[in-house]
Amino acid sequence: MRERHINAILLAGLLATALAAWGLDQPFTITLATKVAILALAGVGLNITLGLGGMISLGHAAFFGIGGYAMGILASHAQNYTPLMEAPLLIEGTKSMPVIWLVAIVSSALAALVIGALSLRTTGAYFIMVTLAFGQMLYYFAISWPAYGGEDGLSIYVRNGFPGLNTLDPIQFFGLCFVLLCLVLLFVARLGRAPFGLALMAARQVPARVEAVGLSPYRLQLVAFVLSGAITGLAGALFADLNRFVSPAMFSWQTSGEIMVFVILGGVARLCGPVAGAALFILLEHWLGALSEFWHIYLGALLLIVVLFARGGLIGQIAKAEAAHD
Amino acid sequence: MSSLLLFEQVLNGLQLGVMLFLMAAGLTLIFGVMGLINLAHGSLYMVGAFAAAAVAGATGSFLLALAASLAAAAAAGAVIEVGVIRRLYDRDHLDQVLATFALILIFSEGTRWIFGSFPLFLDVPDYLSGPVTLPGGIQYPLYRLVIILAGLVIAAGLFLLIGRTRIGIQIRAGEADREMIAALGIDITRLYTLVFALGAALAGLAGALVGAIQSVQVGMGEPVLILAFVVIVIGGIGSVKGAFIGALLVGLTDTLGRSFLPGLFGLFMEPSAATTVGSALASMAIYILMAGVLLFRPKGLFGVA
Amino acid sequence: MTEPVLSVRNLEKSFGALKATDGVSLDLRAGEIHALIGPNGAGKSTLIGQIAGNIRPDRGEVRFAGRDVTGLTTGARARLGLGRTFQISALAMEHTVLQNVVLGALAARGRAMRFWRPVLDNGALLEAAEEALGRVGLSELGAMRTAELSHGQRRQLEVAVALALKPKAFLMDEPMAGLGGEGSKQLTEFLGGLRDEAPILLVEHDMDAVFALADRISVLVYGQVIATGTAQDIRANQAVREAYLGEEAET
Repeated sequence: MRERHINAILLAGLLATALAAWGLDQPFTITLATKVAILALAGVGLNITLGLGGMISLGHAAFFGIGGYAMGILASHAQNYTPLMEAPLLIEGTKSMPVIWLVAIVSSALAALVIGALSLRTTGAYFIMVTLAFGQMLYYFAISWPAYGGEDGLSIYVRNGFPGLNTLDPIQFFGLCFVLLCLVLLFVARLGRAPFGLALMAARQVPARVEAVGLSPYRLQLVAFVLSGAITGLAGALFADLNRFVSPAMFSWQTSGEIMVFVILGGVARLCGPVAGAALFILLEHWLGALSEFWHIYLGALLLIVVLFARGGLIGQIAKAEAAHD
Repeated sequence: MSSLLLFEQVLNGLQLGVMLFLMAAGLTLIFGVMGLINLAHGSLYMVGAFAAAAVAGATGSFLLALAASLAAAAAAGAVIEVGVIRRLYDRDHLDQVLATFALILIFSEGTRWIFGSFPLFLDVPDYLSGPVTLPGGIQYPLYRLVIILAGLVIAAGLFLLIGRTRIGIQIRAGEADREMIAALGIDITRLYTLVFALGAALAGLAGALVGAIQSVQVGMGEPVLILAFVVIVIGGIGSVKGAFIGALLVGLTDTLGRSFLPGLFGLFMEPSAATTVGSALASMAIYILMAGVLLFRPKGLFGVA
Repeated sequence: MTEPVLSVRNLEKSFGALKATDGVSLDLRAGEIHALIGPNGAGKSTLIGQIAGNIRPDRGEVRFAGRDVTGLTTGARARLGLGRTFQISALAMEHTVLQNVVLGALAARGRAMRFWRPVLDNGALLEAAEEALGRVGLSELGAMRTAELSHGQRRQLEVAVALALKPKAFLMDEPMAGLGGEGSKQLTEFLGGLRDEAPILLVEHDMDAVFALADRISVLVYGQVIATGTAQDIRANQAVREAYLGEEAET
């Protein structure tokens, strides 16, 4: 089956699930679908670095957390009616989603710029360890900064607002997340076919050649890392809004690992791999989790099987894996 | 800031350092010899701690508990090496990361299934507890001193093993050229299992030793694993010497940072702000150290690979 | 006389106790093919590495396109117009033949940081890429995955990617490597015609190609250039015969 058709089916399926749940008045299922959309978004972000760029970032939770805390900090100041800062600039909190998203994207991008600039000086196994370490650094920082809940996290009582919508209505919030996911997927699809995508994928396969034609693999990878972090940061802000809660766990190595698991289960370097992977993960969490509280063992076993025997993930198996290029 | 306090914290830093060395040495050997990045190392640390706690609880003997930690971790290491790890040597790093991450999930949840979610307790035995008076009049816990000494002895043993024995030569040759040693007729399958089990045993022992002063619970291994990664990045992948120096650097930076940064900030900030900023910065200190090393030596201080 | 397109002066490079490059000077003039030959271990790769920018010399100077490029990276030198082919083909195996050449074309036009419009929609880039492919004779294979090409076709593609850069000079590292008789002949002919567009510094073992193509030959032995001259001069040179061609004469 052609990949484009698989992608359409996946997205349509997600939308249909939410709409059906809405029709059947099952808000919990809508929430699950929303979770899939948001986690898929986080995975799409990671996939720019991992799939296109071939860089194994085990610290993407850093950006997920930054996006989440951007939301948490802005919203908590708004709900407490205290400004973030009074001098030299008056910065007040806000509960407006567009503003929060913008802040989340910009701050994650900046963090990715700094972390990427340092980490990309290394390669291979060093890069994996370094990104993991930076994620952990932010985790410990979030725990030890008491102003925003520390280890206990921060609750936001009311979901943030989007002009013209009632964001507390599950289907409308789902709609927002779904639209964002689709827009980002469109952007990433174009990115892959654009000159930048070509150069980035070449840098993954044969960096010596990329240099020999006058490009800088480091620069290409850094830009990719920044885009990647920004998108995962946006997902973090949405996730925090979904749960109306943000905590240091968003920075944890487990979160980094899980985001990578979605991408791999669905098929790394496949455009909609993260969508398939996130859907699979949420389904497993829901069904297996109901059967056994130790369902992570089965997740681990599944992951092991996929890695050892079923390379290419879900989409790879369906599309009779051919290298993802276009 | 008294010099007594400083000395005590330096010792604490050394203690953290030698424990990190046990973890990092195994990791760096496994990477250097087999080219494998092993995220499950933290699980082996945990297995050692749990084995020790279980045996100590059953028999009351700390020595037996330590022996159990070595045996259990080495056995667990050998089992996963034969079952999973050896399929990964020829794979790329991504597959290794994912497969060993899967192992973490299995080990963690498996342990929780067997032992439950509540921490186990491993007590420091009576003959090792209590303070000891050091030259200069400082009182320092005997057990921590024993840990430092044990760690140094093991470090010396490891250097001897690698520098002076047949196995050590094979290890060093394997680090330099994997294909060549196979061509020379050395049984690399056995060598790899041995190296992996050795690394696992060291991790398990560290878990047991530390388990007596902290608690033994699921998930205790991963934070240490990540610290060990920081050590390896600083020291250089594949270098046991680098792991030793890196571990001491990280141990000292972390411990001294946590003790003295808040106080340092207190010199020019009000106390509550100083504690907040100081502790936050202290929690980031070793990562800032790592970033600093990366700026000048992206392959670590003694990087081989 | 105008400055040569590419020149190295008194280049030195040591790896520990091993002196890989020991005071090498040579140049590449417009319109010429200058071949670099020497026995294995002579230090050719190290020398090429220093000219291309992968290796930093301990002492000495590399000049290209009228500038001192000794401190510049490989990428910077490529941007100045230094084209390169590798001894072992450096191609993106998952990409198609066309995509590999387009990479060269888009780098030459400085258009890598474009994120939206598909690269294959860009008429100018496609034209440049197709032209390069056509010149090496791979036009038909544009859509084929590089991994599926034969060895000879990959060597041709290697040249095409360098061509797409429209370089001022070529650095070619054993382009004939692994080519059979027919392939070598074709490539030799092709390179002969190429020299007028941009001079070529050619590292080669294939003596037939060297003597057929080279306007000048430099012989590198133990890190030193022991002779530079025309094919005739080199064949007659006693030191060269002993060090290098002497072995060849036996075969």
